[in-house]
Amino acid sequence: MNNAQPQKNSPAERVQQSLKKRYRAEARFRAFGAFSVILGLAALLVLFVKIISSGIGAFQQTYIKLDLAYDESVLGISDPRDEDQLAVANFEGAIRAALLTRFPSVTARSDKRALYSMVSIAAAFELQDELRHAPDLLNKRRQYWLLADDDLDTYFKSLKAGDPYLGRVSPQQVEWITSLIEAGEVRKQFNRRFFTSGDSAEAEMAGILGALIGSLLTLAVTLVLSFPIGVGAAIYLEEYAPANKFTDFIEVNINNLAAVPSVIFGLLGLAIFLNMFGMPRSVPLVGGLVLTLMTLPTIIISSRAAIKSVPQSIRDAALGMGASKMQLILHHVLPLAMPGMLTGAIIGMAQALGETAPLLMIGMVAFIVDIPGSIDDPATVLPVQIFLWADSPERAFVERTSAAIMVLLGFLIAMNALAIWLRQHLEKRW
Amino acid sequence: MNLSPDDRAELKYKTVGEKFSETPKLKIRGLNVSYAEKQAIFDVNLDIGSNEVIAMIGPSGCGKSTFLRCINRMNDTVDSCRVEGSIQLDDMEICDDKVDVVPLRARVGMVFQKPNPFPKSIYDNVAYGPRIHGLASRRSELDGLVETSLRRAGLWDEVKDRLLQPGTSLSGGQQQRLCIARTIAVSPEVILMDEPCSSLDPIATAKIEELIAELSENFTIAIVTHSMQQAARVSRRTAYFHLGQLIEVNDTQHVFTNPDHQLTEAYITGRFG
Amino acid sequence: MNASVLIVSMGLVLFAAFSLGRGRSLRMAGADGAQSLHSLPHFYGMLTMLWAVLPAIALLGGWQIFETDIIEYIAIQHLPAELRDTKSVQQGLVLNQIYHLAYSDEPSLAPEFMLRAAETIATMEQRSRWLKSVVVILSMLIGAGIVWSMIRPAMRARQRVEAIFRTTLLLCSTLAIFTTIGILLSVVFESFRFFREVPISEFLFGLEWNPQTVLHAEQVSAEGSFGAVPLFAGTLLIAAIAMVIAVPTGLMSAIYLSEYAAPRVRAIVKPLLEILAGVPTVVYGFFAALAVAPFVRDLALKLGLDRWLTVTSESALAAGFVMGIMIIPFISSLADDVIRAVPRALRDGSLGLGATQSETIKQVVIPAALPGIVGGILLAVSRAIGETMIVVMAAGLAANLTANPLDSVTTVTVQIVTLLVGDQEFDSPKTLAAFALGLMLFLTTLVLNYIALHVVREYREHYE
Repeated sequence: MNNAQPQKNSPAERVQQSLKKRYRAEARFRAFGAFSVILGLAALLVLFVKIISSGIGAFQQTYIKLDLAYDESVLGISDPRDEDQLAVANFEGAIRAALLTRFPSVTARSDKRALYSMVSIAAAFELQDELRHAPDLLNKRRQYWLLADDDLDTYFKSLKAGDPYLGRVSPQQVEWITSLIEAGEVRKQFNRRFFTSGDSAEAEMAGILGALIGSLLTLAVTLVLSFPIGVGAAIYLEEYAPANKFTDFIEVNINNLAAVPSVIFGLLGLAIFLNMFGMPRSVPLVGGLVLTLMTLPTIIISSRAAIKSVPQSIRDAALGMGASKMQLILHHVLPLAMPGMLTGAIIGMAQALGETAPLLMIGMVAFIVDIPGSIDDPATVLPVQIFLWADSPERAFVERTSAAIMVLLGFLIAMNALAIWLRQHLEKRW
Repeated sequence: MNLSPDDRAELKYKTVGEKFSETPKLKIRGLNVSYAEKQAIFDVNLDIGSNEVIAMIGPSGCGKSTFLRCINRMNDTVDSCRVEGSIQLDDMEICDDKVDVVPLRARVGMVFQKPNPFPKSIYDNVAYGPRIHGLASRRSELDGLVETSLRRAGLWDEVKDRLLQPGTSLSGGQQQRLCIARTIAVSPEVILMDEPCSSLDPIATAKIEELIAELSENFTIAIVTHSMQQAARVSRRTAYFHLGQLIEVNDTQHVFTNPDHQLTEAYITGRFG
Repeated sequence: MNASVLIVSMGLVLFAAFSLGRGRSLRMAGADGAQSLHSLPHFYGMLTMLWAVLPAIALLGGWQIFETDIIEYIAIQHLPAELRDTKSVQQGLVLNQIYHLAYSDEPSLAPEFMLRAAETIATMEQRSRWLKSVVVILSMLIGAGIVWSMIRPAMRARQRVEAIFRTTLLLCSTLAIFTTIGILLSVVFESFRFFREVPISEFLFGLEWNPQTVLHAEQVSAEGSFGAVPLFAGTLLIAAIAMVIAVPTGLMSAIYLSEYAAPRVRAIVKPLLEILAGVPTVVYGFFAALAVAPFVRDLALKLGLDRWLTVTSESALAAGFVMGIMIIPFISSLADDVIRAVPRALRDGSLGLGATQSETIKQVVIPAALPGIVGGILLAVSRAIGETMIVVMAAGLAANLTANPLDSVTTVTVQIVTLLVGDQEFDSPKTLAAFALGLMLFLTTLVLNYIALHVVREYREHYE
């Protein structure tokens, strides 16, 4: 270097000497960063693959083919058009008879019980429905696909996957199942029941409709309350609030509530809504109230951002025309800020949809079979249903838990996609 | 270089004056720079001599800062920026993609428009460069380097008692001199200054200008300024840029008293700026 | 009168109030038309309408709140004397039975006093519904009538409507304050009751946590032990594991995505990582219990760690690891924000001296962004401490005081949920303990959040 001072180690030489080490450090740092990103993505991938692979099976359910007769004498009825007779008819007897016909060698009492337990008790209700719709079937013999018990279902599915899981299935039952499989009398078909029924203690009968409706009712209450209140609060803070201690106090409260653990809101709901106001337990109304308080900060914060993004020039123009403050807000600010506010509301609702802990506190964790019809019926919600099923020992519930998670994630992804779409297509950038 | 017909039309000006130097430190040939679709520098040819102070002037947006940032490849940090042509520092080609920017920037230092001391102590600010480049092997050596640099930046007497206070606690002018000390601590050969006084008051500006005069004994300095008076005070040569083109480069005295090009004349007489 | 009929009639009254108010203002204006009015005619209508609906809503709310208590009080008067005076457990059970009777049509063999009380409740509720509707509609008519009769052309209707609008908005924003007060009230009172039975020193410093399962009020004497130290330790252990996972990973991915990754990679990877933040915690809990916990246990057994340590299937490590994964996107998006707020001039200054990218990041960008990053980490700690579902599903219930991450520990939130889920009497120390834990949790997170938000705000202002 022609400008270097005449010394042994010129700066330029020293720089050159340091380079190798420094570039190694650079590469290490960069690799650490890439590794972190990959770790995050890998976690996401493992999570989704695990959930999907363990839940996909629940969308199909095992059925057994049986030769079955609506035999008057077995059912103990004479007129299938009479609801009272239908209600007491012995459809289980018909199923048992069919099972015994299929496996004539079974005679011992305990063996019979094992044999009967292979068909779900739901099969009887399905037969009842069928006869109600087609009374002519009385005394006729036909082949039916009957819903199998969850233990058999689990065994059959795991057998197909090459890793047989016995669980409570006895060797004897395995024998019967094998004979049925060999005769082509076992098959899987789409599990409609999963989407059309409420919870049940029997895994093969349990569905998510009850929880889904419960979630929708709870979300409806949350949305109806939190959106107007959140927008109102945002308008006040952005357009009216004087810069004083009180306003500061409100803001501190809002920001802090956004970070308060959700289980604390459950305590609030339990102490205030249930114990003080005497509201009923387990109902979407109270769930909605608790989630409203919880999502309000999110909605207020995003609504404020939306209001802030409405340019001053539009305000000046409206005020210059002699519009009052209220007219300015209702006619100009709100319509322009609405897409941003809606985006915030959807994100808030997605948060509320996934929330579990506070709802446990207010009793939405009860075992509820009926599908709720209104906001003051006892109900549970999807995440709580997932929690309940995750706690069940039967393996068939693991599958259902994962399937319910898939449905929940489906809703969440759809909501977030909607929010993104709204942001990209409706929000004006100034 | 893909030039639209309009762009070509603008290339009508031919640089006038003494483009070349007998003892060049930097040789710039056929330099073109563009941001995304927009071309910012058109075919600049210029020599910068050893230990010379050269000032770049011109109306805002004329490309003088972009030109300066090419010399130590700071334009690499702008994703959309593309540079073509040749800049030679002694015998090293700067514009080559294969050139390692780290040692390059150790040889070509830069002082920015706004003082940007790091959120560290005054001492650590100056020691930052020597530390990362491994210029001092012992603490005492580093101490000496920091002191020398601060002295050469004319800041030592003001800060010697509070070296451990944050660099941001200094006044604007002191901060800028700290940034200069930080730059010379690495012993660069060339110092680029991008409007170093634009955010300073007149007294601080005067000190910096004094400092530039002293530094020119050891360093080659290229300074961008929007103040013609400043250019007149500190530089030996002055280059006038207009819409990305180098219009005229000459002895400073000559440019300000008797410009060869009508655009230069229009600028220094204040017809646009 | 049921709810929908009430709502429809309220709507009709509102409509009538609006048109009457508007009509009267126009009539008062006379021949000059709307020009002579102070405000546009529809403001008079709106004012009339608002004064009809606002008192009615307040009335309805109050009614809803006090109705149950009043009816219950009257029903209690029907009970035998020994059940009447105390708020005992038996009284609760009897009341439950009575409510059941009141809502069902089936004949019952319940004692006479119960049937009478049930009948009272049924008729009272019936009457209350009617009375409520009548009172509400009446109040609407009165409110509207008063305003209607006051309408004059000079009345500043617009200002009044705007004042009501503003006040309503103010009330909306003060709801945040009321929520905070509500939280404080609900945890503080029950906590005081708890500390009357269990000394606060035992709660804060006791080393054994074993809340007795209390079935009846009589058994309360057989008290459990309420030393919360094992819970605090378990909470901190799991939160610490989570932070060890999340802080470096979150920070480094933010750095990688904002400083190194090509814009196209960033545009794809960033939203993908954000999906992790949107996954409900119950899903993480299930994932932890289903996949991670068995994996951790099997790995520990394979390595032979069980020779030295307790290895359980519900380990702190599994819960902490999954919680860490959950917090990665939280830290990375906060860090991304603060890193981007570091002025470009600082980066340029460092790069201009010949620093490499990583030297610039490590020695200039991160120190400059440090307050913001620390604030973000504090918020993340607050989240980890308050996280409930993951630990409920994966961490277990055993209150072990241990630092062994392979052992099962329990946390404050797990105990809150376990103590309060299901049917329980509200007065036992066991349930009250949950509120005391809630108070601790609230105070801890409050302090963390307050400091964090303060630090982050200062930081933002510094660079704006």
